[in-house]
Amino acid sequence: MAQRTTEIIVGLFMIAGLAALLVLALQVSGLSPSSAESTYTVYADFNDTGGLTPRGRVSMAGVTVGTIESIALNKETFQARVTMSIRSDVDNIPADSSAVIRTSGLLGEQYIDISIGGDMESLQAGDSFYSTQSAMNLERLISNFASGR
Amino acid sequence: MIDRIASLGRLGLDIVTSFGRSGQFLAGVLAGVPRPVTGFPLLIKQLYSVGVLSLAIVVVSGLFIGMVLGLQGYTILSDYGSEAAIGQMIALTLVRELGPVVTALLFAGRAGSALTAEIGLMKATEQLSSMEMMGVDPLRRVIAPRLWAGFIAMPVLAVIFSVVGIWGGMLVGVDWLGVFEGSFWGNMQSSVDFVDDVMNGVIKSVVFGFVCAWIAVYQGYDCVPTSAGISSATTKTVVYSSLAVLGLDFVLTAVMFGDF
Amino acid sequence: MDTPAYVSLKDVVFSRSDRRIFDGVTLDIPRGKITAIMGPSGTGKTTLLRLIGGQLRPDSGRVEVDGQQVPELKRKQLYALREKMGMLFQSGALFTDLSVFENVAFPLRVHTSLPEDMIRDIVLMKLEAVGLRGARRLMPSELSGGMTRRVALARSIALDPELIMYDEPFAGQDPIAMGVLVKLIRDLNRSMGLTSVLVSHDVPESLSICHYACIIADGKVIGEGTPEELRQHPSRQVQQFLQGQPDGPVPFHYPATDPAEDYGLSGGVS
Repeated sequence: MAQRTTEIIVGLFMIAGLAALLVLALQVSGLSPSSAESTYTVYADFNDTGGLTPRGRVSMAGVTVGTIESIALNKETFQARVTMSIRSDVDNIPADSSAVIRTSGLLGEQYIDISIGGDMESLQAGDSFYSTQSAMNLERLISNFASGR
Repeated sequence: MIDRIASLGRLGLDIVTSFGRSGQFLAGVLAGVPRPVTGFPLLIKQLYSVGVLSLAIVVVSGLFIGMVLGLQGYTILSDYGSEAAIGQMIALTLVRELGPVVTALLFAGRAGSALTAEIGLMKATEQLSSMEMMGVDPLRRVIAPRLWAGFIAMPVLAVIFSVVGIWGGMLVGVDWLGVFEGSFWGNMQSSVDFVDDVMNGVIKSVVFGFVCAWIAVYQGYDCVPTSAGISSATTKTVVYSSLAVLGLDFVLTAVMFGDF
Repeated sequence: MDTPAYVSLKDVVFSRSDRRIFDGVTLDIPRGKITAIMGPSGTGKTTLLRLIGGQLRPDSGRVEVDGQQVPELKRKQLYALREKMGMLFQSGALFTDLSVFENVAFPLRVHTSLPEDMIRDIVLMKLEAVGLRGARRLMPSELSGGMTRRVALARSIALDPELIMYDEPFAGQDPIAMGVLVKLIRDLNRSMGLTSVLVSHDVPESLSICHYACIIADGKVIGEGTPEELRQHPSRQVQQFLQGQPDGPVPFHYPATDPAEDYGLSGGVS
C-alpha cells in the first residue's frame, strides 16, 4: 500500500514536470503547434546589419511573418547576406518590396520589416530582396548631420 | 623545497587517482543494465526521496527568486521606460541560467548530502558488505537507482523552478507594479525560443543532475566508514557539486550561447 | 582430519597498504563442523572471512571453497557461490530502511522467484528458528543488540546456505544473549548440517561449541586442533591467549624505544 502511494506521488511529480515544460513551451516561449509549419527561404543583402541577430523576427506591418535564419558576409560584394524564412501562407510579397532593419523602441532588439512594393509578381523561394535599407546607425546619423550633408 | 614540490606532485597524483576511481565506479554502476522488474520500484522510491522531497525547497526558492527578479528588473528597466521588457528578462534569466544552476545548488545541498550520508552510513554499518555477501551487487541495487533518480529528478525540478519563478515575477511585475500583462507575456514570447533557450536549459539541468548525483553517490561509496569520514564526505559532496555545477555552467553557456 | 575440507586456504598472503596481515596462512575448515578461528584483536580475523567470501583477493596463495578457487572466479560465478554462503556481520548489518520481515525476505526476493505466500512461510519459519517470529513488524532501530544479531542470523540462513560465517557473534553481548547465540549456532549446525566458521576472541564460548579451532597471531596460524588438543598445546603463545595472561610472548607493551629516552633521562643524567 505504501509502495502504491509512493508511486502515485512520484507519478504526480513527473506530471508536474511535464506540465511545467508545457508551460515553458506554450506560455513562455510562445511556441504554438502551428509555428512548426512549412516556410520558404528568401535573402536580402545589407550594407550594414547593425545589431541584427539570428532568430530575430521578420515582420510585415508589425505582424511577425518569419524569422532570421543566419547572417553571413558575402565576400564578393562585402555585404551582409541575411537568410530568412517566411511562413508559407504569406506567399504574395510583391517582388519589388524592400527589407528594412528597424529597432523596436529606443533600446529594443533589431528586426527586419518588409515594406511592401507594388509589383504584381511575388517573391519566390530563393529570391533576394530588390532593395534593402541598412540599420539606422545613430553615430553616422549624427556625424552626417554635423557635417551638414 | 624539494619536499614541497614532492607534496605538490603527490597532491596531483591523488587528484588524478580519485578521478580515475570515480570514473571506474561510474562505469561499474552503469555497466549493470537495471532489470525492469526489480529495478523499477527501487527507482520510484529514490525518485520520491530525491525528487519529491526536494520539491518544497525548489518551489519556495523559485518563487522568491522570481519575485526578486521582478522587483530588480522593474527598478532598472523603468529608468529606460521599458518596464514591459521585464517579462523577457525574468524568463531568459530563469530558463537559461538561474533555473538549472540554482536548482542544482539546492539539489546538492538537499538531496546530494542526504545521498552521501545515507550511503556512507550503509557502508559504515556493513550493509553494503552484507549485501555483497548475499550475492547482491550493491552498485546495482543501492547506487544505480540513486544515480538514475538524480539524473531524472533534476531536469523536472529545474523546469518547475523556472515556471514558479516566472509566475513569481509576474506576481510582482504585473499584479503589484502594474506592468501591462499583455506586453509582459508578449515580450517574453517573442524573445524566448523553445529550442535555444528552454531546451538548452533543460540540457544544462540534465548534465548538472548527472554530475551532482554522481559526486554524491561516489563520495558516499568511497568514504571512510567512520563518523568523521561520513561528515567530511558530506561536506565534500556539497562543495564539489557546487563547484562542478558553476564551472560546468560556464562551459555549457559558452558552448550553447557563446556563438553570437 | 576425517571429514573433507569445505573451505581450504593454502599459503595465503595478504597485505593491506604496507602492513602484512597474513603471511602464509594454511587452514582447512571441515564440512559440517563448527570451526572457531580465534586470535587477538587486530589480527585480521574479519579479513579472513572476507577472503573466503571473495570480497578481497589474496596477494598469493589459494582460497578454495567447495572445490572452487575463489580468487579466480568470474563475477557471476562468485555471486552464485555467495548464494551458498551466509555471513553474520559483527554489527548485524540489517537494512535500516526495511522491517525485520523484509530484511529476512530480502535474499529470497532477490535470488528466487517464489510466490509471496511461500516467501512469507519461509521467513516466518526462519524467524521462528531464532525465536523472533513475534518481532517481524519491528524496524531494526527498535531491536536490541542481541535481537539484531538474531534477525541477521535468520537472514543469513534464509537461502539455506551450506556455509555460514560468524564475525564476532559474541562481542558486546550480555550473558543471556550470548547463551542464546551459542545455542542457536549449535542447533543450526546440528539440524541443518551447516559448515560454520566462527571468528571470535571469546575463548570459553568459542571452545565450548566448536569441533575444531585454530588460533591466528602475527599473520600465521600458531595452533590448531580440537578444543582439547589446544588446551594441551605446548606453545606458550597459545597458552597465553587461551588463559588471557596480560604478559607473555605477546608483550604487554606496544613496541617502543627505551623508556629512559622518552622521559628525557638518557645522556648521562640517570
